[in-house]
Amino acid sequence: MIWGWPVPERSLIPIRHLGHRVIESVWRLGVAARFFVLTLMRSGTCARRPHLVIREVFSTGVLSLIIILVSGLFVGMVLGLQGYDTLQTYGSEEALGILVALSLVRELGPVVAALLFASRAGSAITAEIGLMRATEQIEAMQMMAVDPIARVVAPRFWGGLISMPLLAALFSAMGIFGGYLVGVVLIGVDEGSFWSQMQAAVDFGDDILQGVIKSVVFGVAVTVIALFEGFDAPPTAEGVSRATTRTVVTSSLAILALDFVLTAIMFRGV
Amino acid sequence: MPHLFLGGPADPLLVSDALVEIRDLSFGYGSRQILKGINLTARRGQVIAIMGNSGCGKTTLLRLIGGALRPTQGSVRVDGLEVPNLDQQALFALRRRMGMLFQFGALFTDISVFDNVAFQLREHTDLPEPLIRDLVLMKLHAVGLRGAADLMPSELSGGMARRVALARSIALDPMLIMYDEPFAGLDPISLGVTGNMIRRLTDALGLTSLVVTHDVQESLKIVDYVYFISNGVIEAEGTPDEIRASTLPFVHQFVHGEEDGPVPFHYPAPDLAVDLGVARA
Repeated sequence: MIWGWPVPERSLIPIRHLGHRVIESVWRLGVAARFFVLTLMRSGTCARRPHLVIREVFSTGVLSLIIILVSGLFVGMVLGLQGYDTLQTYGSEEALGILVALSLVRELGPVVAALLFASRAGSAITAEIGLMRATEQIEAMQMMAVDPIARVVAPRFWGGLISMPLLAALFSAMGIFGGYLVGVVLIGVDEGSFWSQMQAAVDFGDDILQGVIKSVVFGVAVTVIALFEGFDAPPTAEGVSRATTRTVVTSSLAILALDFVLTAIMFRGV
Repeated sequence: MPHLFLGGPADPLLVSDALVEIRDLSFGYGSRQILKGINLTARRGQVIAIMGNSGCGKTTLLRLIGGALRPTQGSVRVDGLEVPNLDQQALFALRRRMGMLFQFGALFTDISVFDNVAFQLREHTDLPEPLIRDLVLMKLHAVGLRGAADLMPSELSGGMARRVALARSIALDPMLIMYDEPFAGLDPISLGVTGNMIRRLTDALGLTSLVVTHDVQESLKIVDYVYFISNGVIEAEGTPDEIRASTLPFVHQFVHGEEDGPVPFHYPAPDLAVDLGVARA
């Protein structure tokens, strides 16, 4: 009965199911927020033993270099081709350097690097921590009186946070080089105009710094999602595999949503 | 046996012969009761076996002793300390004096055998690296794997992994070691080696060992006392000789590996003929 009207019990099942899913999602969000705060609070070990963080910078950052550099190069080369094609219609192909640099530094660098970071390093973090749980390594650590949040989670968080802006910067640098290769070397745009217009138009505070802020925020989002999904994964092969997929999907959606929010906040005056 | 690096029990006046004392312990998940009114005592220097069929709550009992789970009722005392009442700091201090050997070793797969054994020494002490090296090699020598120090866990056999895990669990000279199914999946040689090692280390280091197992023959050779758990309660207890001579149906079935008895072979199901449709219910 709803408001006095008889309602068949079966028709309520999807509504109950939906309600259950919503409550579960809100609950998980709360647990993830608590997990994030705990990670920050237990980061003292990372300050005392920086080699733990350096090791994670290697596995999340250095090992992601190939995919980031190659992707950056190709994205820059495509930008060079597409940009030249459009700009020459207006006779302003010298502005190719500005187009390539601003697109990469403001938008494509942080966003595409973060998406690649989520699929390369984020999934690896989730799978590693999920498997550590499945093989009782996390429990063994707790039984050895070692806090896994401080010893396993916090170093990976800081490692990811440091790696992400550096990877985004390298992605943008490679992209600009790719744009140069196509625009200047291949098509023949004037080299002086390409570099000098870029230098004049790209502002450190407005463009580069805001790109860095974006990549830091994306780094926090991807790393926290990856760590939480790994820590929360059911200790089975299926559980770890689902958690890894969820990391990539959730991180990608979070990156795109956060990108819109950050762009709206940072570029509203432009 | 002195406990290196950490203090002894909370109050010397409370020190008793019993290292682990469990009284009227019950535990369950929601309405599902796993353990019901368990009473168990492990005296210092003894090797105690906790036996029972799979899923009877043996491993849960170890987790309750280690403070990973809280009982719904009853008391768990380790070295005079009431484990469920300890805050995280006190619990971690107690755990530094306990070792636990997990079923498949639970070695950290991203670091070498040497680093696995050195893990607790590096986490909990400020010992210089040359001293840590000597201690680790001594622990590995005690389990016969000094030569495997540089191997990665993925290069070890199941039996070797468990011996490395044993070396890791004695790194801080604990007072108590809990073994979760130490004999599962081992070949006959590794089985004998592991069993003897548990006994030898317990005697040599003055430890107390709690062995959760369902390997009757191997454990009866090395333990001092046995508790049998079935359906969440202690069905029988006694020395290995008493257990071998027991006429209790459950113990008899378990010790002699009989297919049917108080523990039925068949999971509850309707009559076979009814299920196959050749008879009426």
